[in-house]
Amino acid sequence: MDLEIELRVDGTEHRLTVDTRTTLLDALREQLGNTSPKKGCDHGQCGACTLLLDGRRILGCLALAVAHQGADIVTAAGLTDGELHPLQRSFIAHDAFQCGYCTPGQIVSAAGMLQEAGNGWPSAVSKDPGATDVVLDDEEIAERMSGNLCRCAAYANIVPAIAEVAHR
Amino acid sequence: MSDVTARPRAIGVPMDRIDGVQKVTGTATYAYEWPLDQPVYLYPLQSTIAAGRVTGVDSALAEAEPGVLAVLSHLNAPTLTRPEDPELAVLQSDEVAWRGQFIGAVVAESLETARRAAGLVRVDYEGRAPDVELRADRGDLYSPVHAATFGSGGGELQDGSPADSVLGDVDTALAASPTMVDVTYSTPMYHNNPMEPHTAVVTWLDGELIVRCSTQGASMSQALISGVLGLEPGRVRVISPHVGGAFGSKVYPHSYAVLAAMAARMVRRPVKFSLTRQQMFALVGYRPASIQRIRLGAGRDGRLTALCHEVIEQTAKAKGYAEQVAVCSRLMYAAPHRRTTHRLAPLDVPVPTIMRAPGEAQGMYALESAIDEMAIACGLDPVEFRIRNEPEVHPESGLPFSSRHLTACLREGARRAGWDHRDPVPRSGREGRWLVGTGVAASTYPSPRFPGNAATIRLAPDGHYTVRIAAADLGTGTWTALTQIAADALSVPVGQVEMRIGDTALPAASVAGFSAGINSWGTAIWEAADRLRARLQAEHGGIAPPEGLEVTAELPGGNPEAERYAMHSFGAQFAEVRVDEDTGEVRVARLLGMFDVGRVINPKTARSQLIGGMTQGISMALYEHSVLDPRFGHVVNQDFAQYHIASAADVHAVEAHWVDESDPYTNPMGAKGLGEVGITGTAAAIANAVHHATGVRIRELPITLDKLVS
Amino acid sequence: MRPFRYERADEVPAAVATLVKEPEAAYLAGGTNLVDLMRLEVTTPEVLIDVRRLTSDRIEELPDGGLRIGAAVPNSDLAADPRVRRRYPVLSQALLSGASGQLRNLATTGGNLLQRTRCPYFQNVTTPCNKRIPGSGCSAVNGYQRDMAILGASPACVATHPSDMAVALAALDAVVTVAGPVAERRIPLAQLHRLPEDAPDRDTVLERGELITGVELPPPHAATRSRYRKVRDRASYAFALVSVAAALEVTDGTVRDARIALGGVAHKPWRAITAEAVLRGAPATRESFVDAAAAELAAARPLPGNAFKVPLARNTMVSTLLELLEQAR
Repeated sequence: MDLEIELRVDGTEHRLTVDTRTTLLDALREQLGNTSPKKGCDHGQCGACTLLLDGRRILGCLALAVAHQGADIVTAAGLTDGELHPLQRSFIAHDAFQCGYCTPGQIVSAAGMLQEAGNGWPSAVSKDPGATDVVLDDEEIAERMSGNLCRCAAYANIVPAIAEVAHR
Repeated sequence: MSDVTARPRAIGVPMDRIDGVQKVTGTATYAYEWPLDQPVYLYPLQSTIAAGRVTGVDSALAEAEPGVLAVLSHLNAPTLTRPEDPELAVLQSDEVAWRGQFIGAVVAESLETARRAAGLVRVDYEGRAPDVELRADRGDLYSPVHAATFGSGGGELQDGSPADSVLGDVDTALAASPTMVDVTYSTPMYHNNPMEPHTAVVTWLDGELIVRCSTQGASMSQALISGVLGLEPGRVRVISPHVGGAFGSKVYPHSYAVLAAMAARMVRRPVKFSLTRQQMFALVGYRPASIQRIRLGAGRDGRLTALCHEVIEQTAKAKGYAEQVAVCSRLMYAAPHRRTTHRLAPLDVPVPTIMRAPGEAQGMYALESAIDEMAIACGLDPVEFRIRNEPEVHPESGLPFSSRHLTACLREGARRAGWDHRDPVPRSGREGRWLVGTGVAASTYPSPRFPGNAATIRLAPDGHYTVRIAAADLGTGTWTALTQIAADALSVPVGQVEMRIGDTALPAASVAGFSAGINSWGTAIWEAADRLRARLQAEHGGIAPPEGLEVTAELPGGNPEAERYAMHSFGAQFAEVRVDEDTGEVRVARLLGMFDVGRVINPKTARSQLIGGMTQGISMALYEHSVLDPRFGHVVNQDFAQYHIASAADVHAVEAHWVDESDPYTNPMGAKGLGEVGITGTAAAIANAVHHATGVRIRELPITLDKLVS
Repeated sequence: MRPFRYERADEVPAAVATLVKEPEAAYLAGGTNLVDLMRLEVTTPEVLIDVRRLTSDRIEELPDGGLRIGAAVPNSDLAADPRVRRRYPVLSQALLSGASGQLRNLATTGGNLLQRTRCPYFQNVTTPCNKRIPGSGCSAVNGYQRDMAILGASPACVATHPSDMAVALAALDAVVTVAGPVAERRIPLAQLHRLPEDAPDRDTVLERGELITGVELPPPHAATRSRYRKVRDRASYAFALVSVAAALEVTDGTVRDARIALGGVAHKPWRAITAEAVLRGAPATRESFVDAAAAELAAARPLPGNAFKVPLARNTMVSTLLELLEQAR
């Protein structure tokens, strides 16, 4: 069954017809030609497809496109605003990736995570769960980024790359 | 060839990756992402028995699904040229050799339709009970017979080494040793799991096949695919500029590309095919499980008198892949009496393949754990014990090492890790509920150069150079490092060099594997640069001619010095672990590696490769294991929620350092391989630290909490 | 994935009516589990009724000092809510220890409760599973048992419930509010999920068409400390091998009240009522905690492949209670 939906992706409005079975991830990659979000497991277990959906980080592989009519979506390709996002510059400077396949998801996830921390959201390792100010030390960053797997295992560079932006 | 030191120095500079901007924005194009006109989608059918044959395929329901273009099976698949590798004989018979093997495919207008229709195909089988259990007491163990694909040794193991080696009289020496260790270790089946699934996008164009796939070697893929399809190699073009990780699994396994090519020929449309994560557990190889018995004898002086490493490893009945697990024991330590053996257990399992540091990954876990046990038995510090047993030359071949700075790595690593303050008594460290321990292990991997490389360099009239070679960048930093090598070889700034890789339209290159990439490709580029410089000087007075100048260097052979020197990278790794006394949870608080990898081309990307290998070593030591179900024959835990790889939260301080040494014989750059060495010995350093923390010696990987909770 | 019709209902009764009418319809909330199971064809609905806008996405104060959590409240919002963090830290901790930031942003309160087991045989349509196809057999009971149940399992099913949130809610005596074809009803959370017995295909006591509309938390006890401890193979982003949600109230060295629930050990969040009974009135000491854990786990019937969960659950219960005792001092 096909339905027509509208999506705003990286600032551009799109009207497209999707099979009800199509995920946001496949709609972006196969129909809109935006392959910045990656398909690493299609199973909600790796984070490579992380998108900002109405400002929040989510997994594109578990979201049906028809259920997100009118959504505002941002990918790593859309984080750039003429120039690279500070996270993107920091990832390059810290060599926080190797193969690059998980990288757009890592960066989008980090952007969403910084927003969450800015809103005072706690994590599983927060020392004082009631505290409204989040201090993003390495342990906090690693816990909050644990949903983005990196098989090249660049974590020892990813965490400092994010920390540098977080502490700015 | 001229020496690197005579040139300006791009080598040694921590340059940012050339493809960095593309990767952080997600605009680097991986195989599946190539824009195509009117593509169709393939979803495979996999056997649901582990052994037997397909007796019937009913595809009526699937074919009735709107949008389905074809259903392939052995009944209608094109006939392939009989491949050397049985894994590539896709859909050529009704036989099933492992569970999850390709038995067909559906091609449809959309991904959703293809996958749905695949589930509607009904397959009947005549099955046998699967035989998938690796045990040391199996009656059918055999000595490997298959010749190697890699390496010139002509031996039976995957790297060309002989299956067995004997020096002196091990049994007598062991019996006479004042101190003896006789221990058996086991390692499970591990899956490579690169983040980018194996993918092939196939287009037939005017009789030429264009395969965009995720491969570690475009040239090798071209040879494998063209061979199976019965095409001239020149009629198959493989394009693979960006590869989303591989770790060995994108060298041999190409059945998915063959299947996609067959489908594209049938439906006459471009076919897109990407394996799912779950399918990757059955179709693209894995590191085979092993059982390793190690016996060591030592004298009262703490020197080894005998070293015996006997390996039993899992292999597929379909293909007798044999990994060089005990080969590390042939070179690490001096001992007058020594023996290594490899035996295979043929099972109804998928074909194993290379996975990061094939052989050494498992072998060094066992050897370096046993060495720790022996050092303790001798009452010696494990760093001191290793240094005391350093060989002067290769203990079996007698060749000198081209360079070997293991002792320096052990000493400097120990200094940086604060090893001198260590109390050797197990369970002597504690912080709250955590038991704290430290451990050390050595690392090693060969540093070979592959034959079959060519590089072309073109000098444009404006002074810019284009370097062309079908090398691969798996995230290894090839693109960047080769640019630095070319710049130094040409004596120009890196900004004047453009590197083109990952396409069989470029001069042929060997695969990215075996830590041979930079050695093999870099040497070809160096040679081409030397020739170009010479011609530029001789024919054009050093000035770029208006028509430009192009030179190709072909290096059909490997490294001639390899006959006179043993060439290996080395390292020492120090682990600090914490074990929760209540639950047995293990955390690696710190991992420090000190490496001997020759001259480092790009310290930034090199460090990434080393810490990546070490972190995969943490993952190998603590989390990863593929569980075969003996009743069904499949890997039960076939996804990332059940096959755990390390996440960010599992990684704390991971540091890689190296000794500043250049190897005089490996290649003109003085580099040695560093892709694999980082993961070797890591699991042993962690296991040794767990023993130090808890007093419990785990001889079976992974070190999960169930083995420690009480 | 089987083709399906997507519908968005405007009112709860309409959604319930559709679900009752259509034999193969399902409610869709965050989709983090359902979409995955549909792709695997573990479940194959013909109609999806999107209920995210039907139920509340707010957390409201109740007159008695408790909280009412709308079924559509995302897991991340619930975990971050200052009232939840202050009054029910065990719930916030349980939520934060589950899944990942991305998943918690999509997943809802109602959906979290109704997520299905991650038993690998349940998720693999090529192996028998009584939960997926009643009567086909249980592959896990003689298969890979690491993640399986040690309490309350049956020969028909040894799967575990994967939710962390539900374990905390069980310890907190939460109540689930449900809309249905006949009437609304309230179900104590500890009674929402079933033990497998001979019908493992039924995870919960919900009847066809019933829709979770919210969860109510009773007011917290002022003197109660609560905490969630999750033990797993990886430090984060993994399901529990064993988890413990515990609330402890100690006065003058005596346990006044203890509420404990275990995760990763049973087909449902396992309320440890035996342990609680042992603790109530007992001295607040390690010995009492060990006795209580032992009493609870006397009923454990582990399989060879998960026998380690018995000492693991015992040790984790004891150490969690000791930490709470430490906090109370």
